Amino acid sequence: MAKIKSLDELKALRDSVQNTVDVREHGDNVEDMIIVRVAMATCGIAAGAREIMNFMAHELRDQGIDNVMITQVGCMGLCYAEPTVEVTLKGEEPVVYGNVTEEKALEIIEKHIKNGTMVDGIIPSTHKSLDE
Amino acid sequence: MSCTTCKNEVVDKMYQELSDYIDSLPDKKGMLIAVLHKAQEIFGYLPREVQVFVGRKLDIPVSQVYGVVSFYSFFTMEPKGKYPIAICLGTACYVRGADKITDYFKTELGIELGETTEDGKFSLDGLRCVGACGLAPVVLVGEKVYGRITTLDQVREILAEYED
Amino acid sequence: MSNYTMHILICGGTGCISAESDIIADEFTKELARVGMTEEVQVLKTGCFGFCEKGPIVKVLPDSTFYVEVTPDDVEELVNEHVVKGRVVDRLLFIDPSSKETIEDSKHMDFYKKQQRVALRNCGFVDPHNIDEYIARDGYQALGQSILEMSQLEVIELMEDANLRGRGGGGFPAGLKWRFTYNNESDQKYVICNADEGDPGAFMDRSILEGDPHSVVEAMAICGYAIGADKGLVYIRAEYPLAIERLQLAIDSAREYGLLGDDIMGSGFNFDIEVKFGAGAFVCGEETALIHSMEGQRGEPTTKPPFPAESGFWGKPTCVNNVETLANVPVILLKGADWFKTIGTEKSPGTKVFALAGKINNVGLIEVPMGTTLREVIYDIGGGIKDGKEFKAVQTGGPSGGCLTAKDLDTPIDFDNLLEKGSMMGSGGMIVMDEDDCMPAVARFYLEFTQEESCGKCTPCRIGTTRLFELLDKITQGKGTMEDLELMKELSHVITDTSLCGLGQTASNPVLSTLDIFWDEYVAHVTDKKCPAGQCTALLEYKITDACTGCTLCTRVCPTDAIDGKLKELHVIDQEKCIKCGACMDRCKFKAIIRE
Repeated sequence: MAKIKSLDELKALRDSVQNTVDVREHGDNVEDMIIVRVAMATCGIAAGAREIMNFMAHELRDQGIDNVMITQVGCMGLCYAEPTVEVTLKGEEPVVYGNVTEEKALEIIEKHIKNGTMVDGIIPSTHKSLDE
Repeated sequence: MSCTTCKNEVVDKMYQELSDYIDSLPDKKGMLIAVLHKAQEIFGYLPREVQVFVGRKLDIPVSQVYGVVSFYSFFTMEPKGKYPIAICLGTACYVRGADKITDYFKTELGIELGETTEDGKFSLDGLRCVGACGLAPVVLVGEKVYGRITTLDQVREILAEYED
Repeated sequence: MSNYTMHILICGGTGCISAESDIIADEFTKELARVGMTEEVQVLKTGCFGFCEKGPIVKVLPDSTFYVEVTPDDVEELVNEHVVKGRVVDRLLFIDPSSKETIEDSKHMDFYKKQQRVALRNCGFVDPHNIDEYIARDGYQALGQSILEMSQLEVIELMEDANLRGRGGGGFPAGLKWRFTYNNESDQKYVICNADEGDPGAFMDRSILEGDPHSVVEAMAICGYAIGADKGLVYIRAEYPLAIERLQLAIDSAREYGLLGDDIMGSGFNFDIEVKFGAGAFVCGEETALIHSMEGQRGEPTTKPPFPAESGFWGKPTCVNNVETLANVPVILLKGADWFKTIGTEKSPGTKVFALAGKINNVGLIEVPMGTTLREVIYDIGGGIKDGKEFKAVQTGGPSGGCLTAKDLDTPIDFDNLLEKGSMMGSGGMIVMDEDDCMPAVARFYLEFTQEESCGKCTPCRIGTTRLFELLDKITQGKGTMEDLELMKELSHVITDTSLCGLGQTASNPVLSTLDIFWDEYVAHVTDKKCPAGQCTALLEYKITDACTGCTLCTRVCPTDAIDGKLKELHVIDQEKCIKCGACMDRCKFKAIIRE
C-alpha cells in the first residue's frame, strides 16, 4: 500500500473502497452479495461467537455457497443476546439475530441466506444511526 | 524434570530471554513495567531473584522494583496453579451472585482467594471485571470464559473438566 | 427467494414474554391457518423492540405497521382486518402522547428509538481489522481537514464550541483541556489516551477499542495537531488483550497508509502513537497517577497544580483524554459543533455510552443522548427488571458514585443532574439492583474495592477507607450500633474533604448515598439484626420445614456436609457448619428449605 499523500488521495481511496469493501474478495457478483457480520468483541467471543462464525463459514463452504461474505465486527451492544449475527441481503435492511446457536445458524443459512426468509430470533434495531 | 542440570538449563534460558528483551529496548528509561510484564510472561510469576535480576539490568534499586511489583495487582510473586481460576468480582457479577460462586470454589478446593491448591493444580483469584457483564457471573479458567455460573453443580462441572 | 408476502413480527423480549407474546404468536398461527394464509404470511418471534411499557408489540412488514399493547383477543381482528382485507386496525396503533396523533408505521416512530450512536457509530458495523472499512465510513477525513485546512486554534475553538465534556467521569470540557496544553510552550508535548478502564462493571472503552480502534487513533492525531504534539501514547489495561491487539493493528495499518508518521498527507505534521500497558491499579485512572505509571513507577497521584497540561509525562505538557471522549472527536470535526449541540442537553451536549448491567433484562452497551431519563434507559432500552422483580436502585459512577432510586426515574441524565442527586456520571457503569439487593452490602462491596485499590500515599484514604470498610463489615454482620452509623457519616466527610486525589475524594460516595436513601435498611441491620433484602448471610438462617420428605438430595449437594439426615426422615441443618450458600434451597424439590 502506497502512502496517502494528500486529502484528495484519501477521498479517492474512500470512494474506491466504498465500492469495493463489500466485495473485496469476490469481484463481480456484486448483485447478490450477502453480508454476514458476527459481533466479535470480548463478550461475544466468550459467549461462543468465534465457534458460530467458524461453523457458518464451514457450512457455507461445504454447501458451495459463495455469495456470502462473513466479517467480524466489534460489539453491537447486545450483551444479553450474544452471540449476535447480522445478515444483510442486497438492497435490504440488515437483520440482527441474537442468541445464535449452531442450530439457529443452520436455520439462518437454510432459510434466510438461501431463501430470503427471515427466521425467529430477530433483534429489532433500537438506535438511530449518525444520519438519522 | 527431576534432573537439576536440565532444570537449571531451562531457567538459564528464561533469564537469557529476559536479558535479550531488555537489551533490545531502544531506551530503558521508564520501561520497568514493560520489562516486568515480559518477565512475568516468561517465568509465570515474579520471585525475588527475578526482581533482583531486573533491577540490576535496568540499573534501578531492587526496592523500587519490589515497590512496583507489589503495587500492581497484575503482578504476582507466587506461582499460579496449572489451571488458574479467576472469578470476576466486578459489580455486575457481584449483584448476580459472584460471592456465592466464590464460596463454592473455596469450599470445593479448600483454599482461599489468592491461594494455590497443594498439588499445584488450581489457584483461585478474584478479578476486576472482564467486561462480559452480559454473561454475569463470570469465571475464567486460564483464558477460557464460563458465563452465567450460578449453582454449585455448575462449579463442580467446571472443576471436573480439569480432572486429569 | 421468499414466498412470503407479509411478515408478522411479535416481540418476544423478556419484558414482553411476561405479557404473553408466546400465546399471541400461537393465536396468529391458528388464525392464519383458519383463513388459509399460512403460505403467504410468516409469523416471527423477535427480541426486544425497546418499547416495553407498550408491549407486547406486533409489527407487520412490509408496510411497517406498528401495533402496541396487543392481547391474544386482538389477533382474530388483526388477521381479519389487516391480513385479509389490508385495513389497519386503528385502535391498536400507538398514540403519540405529546401530539395525540395516531402513528401508523414505525418509520414515523423513530422517537421510540431511544438510542443514538455517535461514539459507537462504527462499533458492530466495521471490521476493526480493516482500515479500508473505516476509510469507507469517512475515516481520517477529519484528520485530513484539520491538518490541511484548519489552523491549530481553529480546531481548538471548534472543540470548545462543541463543549464535548470528558466522558471518563469528570466532565471537564475537552476543548479547554486542549487549549491549556496548546498554551504551554515546550519542545515536546504529548497526547495520552486514557484506556485504563477501572470501574468494575464498565466496558465501553474496551468495546470502542475492540470495535472501532481507528476512531481513537484518528482523534489522537487531531488532538496532537491542535496542541502541538508529535507523540501519542495509549495507556491500556493489560487485562484487555483483544483490545490491545486490535489497537496495535490499527496503529500499524495507519502508519502503513501514511496516516501516522512523518509529513501526514503532505501537511508537514508528524505524529505517531505508542501503546503502554497498565498493570491493574484503579488509581491509575487518575491523570497524574496514570502518568507516573507510564513512567514505570508506582501509580501514585500527585497534587494538582501543576496539571498535566503544564507538566505531565516526563515533565512535558500533556493532554490526557479518555477513549470515549476521543471517539466523539472525528464526527464533531466533520459535522460541526452546531450539529453536536443539537444532541443532548444544553450543558451536556452529545451522547453518553452506558454499560447497562445487573438485574436488568437487556444487559448491554447502550448510547443515549444526554438528558434521556433513567426510566427510558431501564424500561424502554433495558427491557425492565429481571424476573419481574421490583426496581430498587441503580448505581452509577462505580466506586465513586452513588445510587438513584425510583423517585429519580424521570430525572434527565447528564453530568450536573447526577451530581445534584448525590451520584455521578463516572465512566458510565450503570448497575441495576432489585429488591433482593442489600444496600449496606453494596456499599461494603464498593468500600472493599476502594480500600484495596487505595494507593496508600495519603492517610485519609489509606486508613479512612479501611476503617469505613470495617464499619460496614460490622453492620452487615449484624454487629453494628447506631453510633457506628453516625461515625460512618462523619468519617466519610473527613475522607472526602482531606484526600489527595479523586479516588479518596469520591470513595465515600457509595456510603453517603446509601445512608441517605436507605437509612431504614441500615437501621434494620443495626437494631433488628435483620437484612430486609435477605442477602447478608450472617443475618440469615436456613431451616428445613416439615415439607421435607427425607430424600437426602440436599445432604449430597451441601458443600460442607452441614445437613444431617437419613432416608425418609426429616433432615436437620447444622448451623455451625452451614456457610449459608443456599445450594440446598436451590436443589430441594419440595420447597422444604426456607431462609429467614
